[in-house]
Amino acid sequence: MKRRSFLQTAAALSAAPMLACSRKTAPPLPPGTLSGNDFALGHRLRNPDFPEPGETRRTPVLIIGAGIAGLSAAWRLARAGVRDFMIVDLEATAGGNARYGESAICRYPFGAHYLPLPTMESTAVRHLLADFGGLQGDPRLERPSYDERLLCHTPQERVYHKGIWQEGPIPRLGASADDRQQWLRFHARMAEFKEARDFLGRRAFALPVAAASRDARWLGFDSVTMAEWLAAENFDSVPLHWYVNYACRDDFGTDYRQTSAWAGIHYFACRNGQAANAGGDAVLTAPEGNGWIVRRLTEKLADRLLTGAACFRLEQQTKTVTADLFLKVEGRSIRIVAEQVVWAAALFVLPRVAVSLPAPLAALAGAGEYAPWLVANLSLSELPAAGVGAPLSWDNVLYDAPGLGYVVATHQQVRIAPGPSVFTYYRVLSELPPAKARELLMNSSREAWATTILEELGRAHPDLPALTTRLDVFRHGHAMIRPLPGVVHSSARQALVNGWQRVQFAHADLSGMSLFEEANYHGVRAAEVILSRLGVGESSLLA
Amino acid sequence: MADRAQTVPASPPARLQLPLLASVFLVAACGLAYELIAGALASYLLGDSVTQFSTVIGTYLFAMGLGSWWSKHIDRDLVARFVQIEISVGLLGGFAAAGLSLAFAASTGPFRTLLYGTVLAIGILVGLEIPLVMRILRRELAFNELVARVLSFDYLGALVVSLVFPLLLAPHLGLVRTGLLFGLINALVALWALWLFRQVLVRRRALTGFAIVSIILLLAGFAAAGRITSLAEGWLYADDIIHTETTPYQRIVITRWHEDIRLFLNQNLQFSSNDEYRYHEALVHPGLAALPAARRVLVLGGGDGLALREILKYPGVESVTLVDLDPAMTRLFSNSPLLRQLNNDSLNSPRVRVVNADAARWLEDNDDSFDFIVADFPDPTNYAVGKLYTTAFYRLLDKHLAAHGLLVVQTTSPYYARHSFWSVAATLEEAGMTTSPYHALVPSFGEWGFILAGHMPYVPPSRYEVPLRFLTPATTATMFEFPADMARVAAPANHMNDQSLVRSFEAEWRHALH
Repeated sequence: MKRRSFLQTAAALSAAPMLACSRKTAPPLPPGTLSGNDFALGHRLRNPDFPEPGETRRTPVLIIGAGIAGLSAAWRLARAGVRDFMIVDLEATAGGNARYGESAICRYPFGAHYLPLPTMESTAVRHLLADFGGLQGDPRLERPSYDERLLCHTPQERVYHKGIWQEGPIPRLGASADDRQQWLRFHARMAEFKEARDFLGRRAFALPVAAASRDARWLGFDSVTMAEWLAAENFDSVPLHWYVNYACRDDFGTDYRQTSAWAGIHYFACRNGQAANAGGDAVLTAPEGNGWIVRRLTEKLADRLLTGAACFRLEQQTKTVTADLFLKVEGRSIRIVAEQVVWAAALFVLPRVAVSLPAPLAALAGAGEYAPWLVANLSLSELPAAGVGAPLSWDNVLYDAPGLGYVVATHQQVRIAPGPSVFTYYRVLSELPPAKARELLMNSSREAWATTILEELGRAHPDLPALTTRLDVFRHGHAMIRPLPGVVHSSARQALVNGWQRVQFAHADLSGMSLFEEANYHGVRAAEVILSRLGVGESSLLA
Repeated sequence: MADRAQTVPASPPARLQLPLLASVFLVAACGLAYELIAGALASYLLGDSVTQFSTVIGTYLFAMGLGSWWSKHIDRDLVARFVQIEISVGLLGGFAAAGLSLAFAASTGPFRTLLYGTVLAIGILVGLEIPLVMRILRRELAFNELVARVLSFDYLGALVVSLVFPLLLAPHLGLVRTGLLFGLINALVALWALWLFRQVLVRRRALTGFAIVSIILLLAGFAAAGRITSLAEGWLYADDIIHTETTPYQRIVITRWHEDIRLFLNQNLQFSSNDEYRYHEALVHPGLAALPAARRVLVLGGGDGLALREILKYPGVESVTLVDLDPAMTRLFSNSPLLRQLNNDSLNSPRVRVVNADAARWLEDNDDSFDFIVADFPDPTNYAVGKLYTTAFYRLLDKHLAAHGLLVVQTTSPYYARHSFWSVAATLEEAGMTTSPYHALVPSFGEWGFILAGHMPYVPPSRYEVPLRFLTPATTATMFEFPADMARVAAPANHMNDQSLVRSFEAEWRHALH
């Protein structure tokens, strides 16, 4: 019997009697909210029935979308002294996948919870971190220092398997000699890919992807799936497959049987960032995840940021672009006349709102598939019992569980007293086709999710359900573009980089991978195109 | 290998299948329980749970492998052997926690040898169990079916125990009783097997006798478990226990033998009234006497009020804030007449403000600045306390230190934990402070270390204005000199993201104690 199928059976078996007795004794479900992306407003864009604009405003630059890409574009413009712009977002708050919440206990993420040390190629990310004090000293150094409050405190990660917590991302106790050998061989392969460069000196798996080699030696990996690549390389270790699949689900919201091998390898091979005061596997994090960057990016925007504003029509005029926005709270529409526009929202929305968008661009923009996500924040009156083995870490993964585990929001606090905390639980529905997954996400109640999540985490922490005082569920309908084979390196996609007359596109969708570094790269790139059109002489941050 | 199967029925009756699989479940549950008990006991007695659990589990898995391998040499009387093994596991595993606790308390022989020897023996016996059951069942089932069923019951038993052990058994029954409970289960399985195979077993009467005697022994142990635990604690502390208290943060034990009063927190000696003045004078006066203008003092930790007693000797000190996590500690030391005599009733002084809070949180939430700060934390034995010895924490502390002020950090032993001691110095320096490390001999601790840190050049005081029993200006000067065996070594600063200090500290003290 395969270990995987056995464990599933065992889990189901052991859950059954526990459920039977928990019905009698289990505490009632903790209260909480069901929130997330404004599906209703988003879906109205399919058949716009918004009131016609009654007011016209003018701005030299309009940025549509206030996720990391849009906010990075705004940051780049402001850095060059261009402060006359507007940035709008359909959602009630800015930040996109890096939004966050806050309670009396602490801040906590609604999405992305960390940033790896930036690679040498991620020059704009380094400048951004330096502007906000996260990176100290010269951002061009190979090994800069990082703010130690942001470097993830030890212990960083652990995995729960057969009743025991083990340090690290993959269970080692109980692994066979062959598992260990394959694990080492896999790492050796990824280390080779990390170093691999073409004759121009470009890395095979650079981050951002725009800096990566186009050599066919490696682009070939974009035509097979990660699971196929593992099989072709004679990797058959069950824990290794689990781990690689975990990585693809975690970073791309996509099962490794569907993820492009290029993207899968990229996850392991792209990160070569180093720090003077930490190891290369360090990550930058805060209680609110990447929300700390959103806070810094939005703090000086003031009234230039307009949220709850859905762009339902975008049209090129002779010397301007007009964008019609529905203001949700006020229930009316306004028209923005802009000289330049950055489209920093998800690309699939563009064909629905752009008037006379050329057909090839519309086809490209609408081609992406998106993975939905569910993020739940569990407020706990105190930390659950330590459990057997490795101590509570920042990232805590349950082997072979449906979810991706949980992150402890209070981990970066310096505390020795036990106290309340927030666990952020991540779930990607990669076992279903995206449309089905979205349907499930939208049609399931908070109570249903809460029950499932408490059951799943209760396997490792039997006392957790009783300690949970709130369980807030946050839904992302189109969280991440899925890097299926052919998506990242489709040559047609290049056309998107050239923009559409006065509209520049800036979104991680352009890279085919939903990563902070990609969003930031495209935001900065679009802003720099506009800076040059505005005649602002600035040396590029992308070189 | 060939089973000489004469003594086993050609095919065990079908009705035996389920009971045997149930016994696999119980046997696996007991096996995992012993492993968890040994791991929990080791981390309770020796500290550092990650290392203790890893080594205990590693030893146990290895021993089970040995047992499985050995099982091939058992080629007759399978059922009788199974019964014998069950009885042995029941007795050995059942009494392991009780025996090990007593052995640790009585300091009889090398504890680790005893611990790993016991784990090895139990592991071997448990390793023998499953192969034997499989062989007893082998005529009953096809091989693939056999492996699947036996292993799934095996895993299931382990799963159930892994859930109930931390939640129910360890907190409610305690380790000693939990061990005895699982010992009883093993012995009952033996008795059950005797009954199931009553028609085929030779020497049944003798085996039944053994099983019943072992059950009686285990029951007797269960009844006496409370006395075993207090006996162990009594041996451990040697002296009369005059106060015990378990708080959400720690176990407080105070002992007395003639005039000597001792405080233990989680079994670690915090002071002995015979020589604590050496520790507290050395902690406070080299720094405070060098700051004649000091008015505001902060003490972090030190809920026993003994450092406070030394600080209050300075009339110039107007206010002292003491931040200690555990209200039970400060309550005890401000109420008990005996202990108030010891700390000169310092906690009730009008100049003192006691705050029960997490030190780091309090520092984050307050802006007060101090002329002299005493960081009297427990040693960095785990990642939580280790955070109080990092560059990030010292930078936070520095924000509360007046420009001419001084910080003193109790810094473990530069003799036993030399690398760790100098690592704390490197950490304070990386956080931007100038350090003046020193040491003093405290007989109940050994050679102990302290580090003064600040932003001005430090000169040891040339005279002490307050009454002292230990320090003199002349000997103070020599405390800043380190003999060759404690001299500075290159050690890295301790950061939040690696906490190298916790690992070096653990390694050095483990080495020092053996």
